[in-house]
Amino acid sequence: MAALPALPPSALAAMLKDSLAAAVVAALLAAPLLGLRLVDSAQGLSLATRFPWIAYAAAAVFCGRLALSLAGASLGRRLKSRPQTTLPLTKKPSNTRKIIGWVLIVVALVLPWLPFADRNLVDKATLLLIYVMLGWGLNIVVGLAGLLDLGYVAFYAVGAYSYAILSQTFGLSFWICLPFAGAAAATFGMVLGFPVLRLRGDYLAIVTLGFGEIVRVILLNWADFTGGPGGISGIARPSFFGLPFKAAAGPGETTFADFFGLTFSPLHRIVFLYYLILALALATNLFTLRIRRLPIGRAWEALREDETACRSLGINPTKTKLSAFAIGAMFAGFAGSFFATRQGFISPESFSFIESAIILAIVVLGGMGSQIGVVLAAVLLCGLPEWFRDLQQYRMLAFGGAMVLIMLWRPRGLLASRDPTIRLPALPDAAP
Amino acid sequence: MTRPPLLAVEHLTMRFGGLFAVNDLSFTAYQNEITAIIGPNGAGKTTVFNCLTGFYKPSVGRLTLSRPDGRSHLLERMDGFRICKDAGVARTFQNIRLFSGMSVLENLIVAQHNRLMQASVYSIAGLFGMARYRNAEAEAVELARYWLNKIGLTAQADWAAGALPYGSQRRLEIARAMCTRPAMLCLDEPAAGLNPRESQELNDLLLDIRREHGIGVLLIEHDMSVVMQISDHVVVLDHGAKICEGRPADVRADPAVIRAYLGPPDDEDLPPDIAADLDSGEAA
Repeated sequence: MAALPALPPSALAAMLKDSLAAAVVAALLAAPLLGLRLVDSAQGLSLATRFPWIAYAAAAVFCGRLALSLAGASLGRRLKSRPQTTLPLTKKPSNTRKIIGWVLIVVALVLPWLPFADRNLVDKATLLLIYVMLGWGLNIVVGLAGLLDLGYVAFYAVGAYSYAILSQTFGLSFWICLPFAGAAAATFGMVLGFPVLRLRGDYLAIVTLGFGEIVRVILLNWADFTGGPGGISGIARPSFFGLPFKAAAGPGETTFADFFGLTFSPLHRIVFLYYLILALALATNLFTLRIRRLPIGRAWEALREDETACRSLGINPTKTKLSAFAIGAMFAGFAGSFFATRQGFISPESFSFIESAIILAIVVLGGMGSQIGVVLAAVLLCGLPEWFRDLQQYRMLAFGGAMVLIMLWRPRGLLASRDPTIRLPALPDAAP
Repeated sequence: MTRPPLLAVEHLTMRFGGLFAVNDLSFTAYQNEITAIIGPNGAGKTTVFNCLTGFYKPSVGRLTLSRPDGRSHLLERMDGFRICKDAGVARTFQNIRLFSGMSVLENLIVAQHNRLMQASVYSIAGLFGMARYRNAEAEAVELARYWLNKIGLTAQADWAAGALPYGSQRRLEIARAMCTRPAMLCLDEPAAGLNPRESQELNDLLLDIRREHGIGVLLIEHDMSVVMQISDHVVVLDHGAKICEGRPADVRADPAVIRAYLGPPDDEDLPPDIAADLDSGEAA
């Protein structure tokens, strides 16, 4: 390597030491994970040792760490540059993102009609869009208002259970339940918001994490109301404005296929669900894009930048934070009721912490506050594990590696710059 | 001509445990005047500011703000954000607190939050782009443009505020405070870290604000060239208590002030025990 001779010996020694430390940690970790193995023999289970494997792992980590340090030194220590806390502003109004956005929308619209689109693909795309919608919703709380929320899935759960219970108890249709589910989730957002108003950063993250778990545990244990671990099944499927997707019409009803003179196909409902979530997600996006340019949206961003300065300008931090929590939660509630109607069955297992973590990862990976970044990150996070399916047991390893590489390459997210919400217009009369 | 009072501070005391950061301070700031609070480090100047702007609740005291339109407010009873929203007291900070990731223009628009919120009717008029909101926003942009011209940052309006040079950030913070349309502007060391040319520009800006907007300015400052040139009234604090008050020229000549800043003069009588110590030291 050309950069090697230029390095002072002290730097080289530091790198060797650093790599050695990494190797020791790797050896400690590898000892139980790789070094020991359960063997199923005639006498029952016994432990076998594989000491060489520990050495291989340590050696690999040593070499990898050293190579990374050397590469970092020769690249001018780009990897060590401190990430800025705030995103840089885009200098000129950029059309690239608008174009990307429109292309994505067009692709999403025609997707079910493409020749290679089968039931599986449309199903996957629907799931992806749920994550995109949740990402956009959480983006309001985390990306705009800067409130690190690790319990976002709780609002998703509240939305799903609100829909399921309302629909089962009162027989209300999806479209009537949807606003109720959103309102219920928003109310929960406010209820959570009140006690945590004074908290910031890590403390807020811990409390919201706890709240997410509380909601899950309540769903698990309040069996009379929520069905407990068994969940709620037989949730009403959505109808096309009153026309059910069924093979045969029940008494006094017309099916979707009959009404439009089509032959019945189970794909109808799948495609309908796909367009439904697409519409919901786009509504979320439109709402966020607009509200960013309103005083409340600007106040959220200002709150993220400096709460003290906000107070000194007469902005009520309590109201501003609560509105961010409530609106973010509302969209999770909408997504939750869609989830319930799509699955037809919900249980507390669908709303575990890992879901919150994935949604937060989508927001952070996309670049906090960036709407298109959320889409790209959702595609990556949901898509990569699918592409790596051939790697079988090494799938999650490859996935983790890909994440690490992305964060090294783009420490502030995929699209890490923000468009100002307003630019100074030219003077109305162009007087000299 | 009677001077209409703007802010009356009466018996302000701020205690932190056993420490009196401010002790029984009373003074009055008048409308349309620049009042400076000066004093050596640790005299309690910033504490006074934090009491005025709601960051601290004073232990004792009454702070009455009388707006030119006749409304008056008791600042010590108000929530932090209401002091700006309702009473019209805007402030800047010793260590600049801009929204550094947002653009210069956005900083000035955020400052007009409350007016715009009203126009946007719980964001509903705003969401649907109604004329009522669009007009209010255009008005806000024009006010921002006016201040951008004043502080000479029109060309940088779309820059990130954090990317501006230090002196411009100071001016932007003052402009941001002025965009809240305050009745009183509180400046916490506005000249700190400015070079002589920038501090001259600052003087001009402050004199201009007083002349054209008729609001009262209260400032804490270390830089005597700023204080002496532009203030109408100076209050000197030391160890949390007022030691002198008056016009700049009077304050400058006051022996108590000179002593607070420079220490006691050599020929002053020392307490007898210390004098005895010194004498014995010299003899040895």
